[in-house]
Amino acid sequence: MSTAETNKPAPSGIGAHLGSHLRENGMMLALIAIVLFFFIIVRAVQGVDFLSAQNITNLFLQNSYVIIMALGMLLVIVAGHIDLSVGSVAAFTGAVASMLLVQYDLPVLMVIPMVLVVGGLIGAAQGYWIAYWRIPSFIVTLAGMLVFRGLTLWLLGGQNIGPFERSFQALSTGFIPDLFGADKPNFTALILVAVAAAAIVWAGIRGRAREAEFGIAPEPAGFFWARNAVVVIALLFVGWKLASFRGLPNVLLIMSVLIVLYAFFTESTTTGRRIYALGGNEKAAKLSGIKTERLVFFTFVNMGVLASLAGMIVTARLNSATPKAGVGFELDVIAAVFIGGASMTGGSGRIIGVVVGALIMGVMNNGMSIMGIGIDYQQVIKGLVLLAAVIFDVYNKTKQG
Amino acid sequence: MTAILEMQGITKTFPGVKALSNVNLSVREGEIHAICGENGAGKSTLMKVLSGVYPHGSYDGEILYDGKPARFRDIRDSEHAGIVIIHQELALVPLLSVAENLFLGNEVAKGGVINWPLAYQKTEALLKKVGLTEAPTTKVEKLGVGKQQLVEIAKALAKNVRLLILDEPTAALQENDSQKLLDLMLELKGQGVTQIIISHKLNEIRRVADRVTVIRDGSTVSTLDRSEITEDRIIRDMVGRDMAHRYPDRTPKIGEVLMEVRNWSVMHPEQPRQVIRDVSMTVRKGEIVGIAGLMGSGRTEFAMSLFGRSYGRDIRGEVTLAGGKPDLSTVSKAIDAGLAYVTEDRKVLGLILDEPILRNISLANLEGISKGAVLSRGREQQVAEKYRKAMNIRTPTVFQRVVNLSGGNQQKVVLSKWLFTDPKVLILDEPTRGIDVGAKFEIYNIMNELAGQGHGVVMISSEMPELLGMCDRIYVMNEGRIAGELTRAEASQERIMALILQDGMKGDAA
Repeated sequence: MSTAETNKPAPSGIGAHLGSHLRENGMMLALIAIVLFFFIIVRAVQGVDFLSAQNITNLFLQNSYVIIMALGMLLVIVAGHIDLSVGSVAAFTGAVASMLLVQYDLPVLMVIPMVLVVGGLIGAAQGYWIAYWRIPSFIVTLAGMLVFRGLTLWLLGGQNIGPFERSFQALSTGFIPDLFGADKPNFTALILVAVAAAAIVWAGIRGRAREAEFGIAPEPAGFFWARNAVVVIALLFVGWKLASFRGLPNVLLIMSVLIVLYAFFTESTTTGRRIYALGGNEKAAKLSGIKTERLVFFTFVNMGVLASLAGMIVTARLNSATPKAGVGFELDVIAAVFIGGASMTGGSGRIIGVVVGALIMGVMNNGMSIMGIGIDYQQVIKGLVLLAAVIFDVYNKTKQG
Repeated sequence: MTAILEMQGITKTFPGVKALSNVNLSVREGEIHAICGENGAGKSTLMKVLSGVYPHGSYDGEILYDGKPARFRDIRDSEHAGIVIIHQELALVPLLSVAENLFLGNEVAKGGVINWPLAYQKTEALLKKVGLTEAPTTKVEKLGVGKQQLVEIAKALAKNVRLLILDEPTAALQENDSQKLLDLMLELKGQGVTQIIISHKLNEIRRVADRVTVIRDGSTVSTLDRSEITEDRIIRDMVGRDMAHRYPDRTPKIGEVLMEVRNWSVMHPEQPRQVIRDVSMTVRKGEIVGIAGLMGSGRTEFAMSLFGRSYGRDIRGEVTLAGGKPDLSTVSKAIDAGLAYVTEDRKVLGLILDEPILRNISLANLEGISKGAVLSRGREQQVAEKYRKAMNIRTPTVFQRVVNLSGGNQQKVVLSKWLFTDPKVLILDEPTRGIDVGAKFEIYNIMNELAGQGHGVVMISSEMPELLGMCDRIYVMNEGRIAGELTRAEASQERIMALILQDGMKGDAA
């Protein structure tokens, strides 16, 4: 008995729109609510400004690696797989980078691409078994998690390697220099943020125009503007704060570029679409001419490259490669993807959701640390948030029928 | 005869839809009562109301069972009363044994400890009743669909069933197995088990049913006695209009040879045996070519091995397509060469159920909606709208997820997907399986239109009347070989069966 057996026009209006985009809007609102919650509580209890320039900068520095890896993890999960090895791979590639920099004294600009290639090769080595031999990814990457953790220990000999020259550290702790002199506020940062905000609004307006052209029912105008206003205000606020501190962190720029690239890749390219099809129904995708093995292989190579980038950022941030780096990262990354609305069975999930999911985790980590909540409670709360987000998803899905 | 079951004025609403409106159903003790209706007419909902899947209170109306009001809270409740439903999708656990499945949730046990000897003994007795000789320890996955269906019935008997409901029991079965199942139904009737059968296959209904209730758009249209059961009458009541012909008229305009396959041979992917042997066939422009044969005759294997080597290994043979020698080594190359294959199982092999209609339609030809590697979602929607109109896909929007569509509309989505790849030859594998009469007629029309536009259409079907009604030429396959070829004028059910039998004897002699 399906409700679809009529030619009635689809329901329209703000209510219907909110309903059909409940998940994404809900996540945004949850993020904003969590930020405000910490802002109020931290001010009241600790007397500290949660949204201070320094803390906002910290937030990005602390969470950049999770977001970067979550972009790759989304593709892996959308394809119907999982990668448990990313934490170990990040640690291993960080160790490789430190060896090349410190022991072999290679220049930074050579080391970065070399390590990215190493990450890609590691992804290829795991993806090969998963894609072409159909070994479950859970098992292959569980093995990878152990293997690369072991290799990290072996490579580092149980010691830390560091420190690094400034140009490598800048990968994580550097800021984009102000082209307009050293005065505060940092004008480069302000201009970049303003341009980004303008670009988002412009892309939104163009998208609406194009939808109208093709006769797609657009998002209600009032809702569109309200949503954009919130995004622009948030962006400008963060930009202003950053500008009044040390400017835009390099990591933030790398991360933003990657987010835009991956959002475009997943939503607007044929290859991106095929990954969703593969996760949705592998057999049907295959019989529609999609080279499913190659795509699975690609998602793991891509994951390896992003894990190595994250590995270098973490290593640069700590200013040394340590055997314990990246322990538990895989769980943060996977949690971010699921909080962001991806489905365990593959085939669904969006980049924007993943970013918001990672930010929710990040803000909670940061806020709870400032409040002095013990690591024990933090884990419990994060676990419950993950569970709640997924229950919310499942509930929504069953309600839609 | 007294009524064992009276459903009176059953009305069931879901948010936004009235699935059942004032349905009446009366089933007499010891009869086989058929329920007919198009997909989406409300048959399954009615059965779910009866079996307690939709508990008492979630619907309006009254159920009288044995003359007493019945208020089932869940399936367990209705099973206690002796009402057992066997769904279309079998509910057996493949990795468990027959005995374990038979008594699942109903174990032969004392204090939680299973008495295996007794369970096996009971299992053997039950299997005998349904005509199976398998050992009770056989794993269900080792059995074919036909035997699994019988195990389901044995499972129902284990529960002391009084009213057995079979939801399209023969949909997935071969002719032989179907006959066995129908025989068993008649036998159970002799033992006093009242049965309700939901079926699309009108010849089966004629064979076993004592009475038929036809449901259309959530309401009872008629209840017919055995003497009144004719296909025309049932179809008219189901569709709500006269259907003069079950197959639309067509004047074939057959042109030159479009595709020719010569000496096609395929090995089984794992076992060292040949699945397809020296198959040769031609398809002309504007022609609808049928492939008849029993299940396991290699029809699907032949089509899939042709379509980008999706089946088998060690594939040999030659193909010419539109005068050229196409490269068919992968699915995407086969698509580029102008071949399309509509799979037998649309849910598992044809569609991405959780994705919307438009994404399913564009799937096999994303190049057609993109510039370089960049998709145009506007173009994608235009394409989907075009096919929605052309195919009459009944949906409020092309953003509807296909899981919410009926079988017929899902099949139209699959057809749209393949038409958008602009194929020269379309191979349709069981294109009307599990689709109601009205939608079948629409699919036939689409096929005729395609042939009229100069496509070559290959139709694989287990329903012989459908092949006879639609095809210009029919190849009969048996054990991986072509057993014979019949023109439209020559073809009849008897001749097709004769070819299969003769070929079988040849095979035995060799």
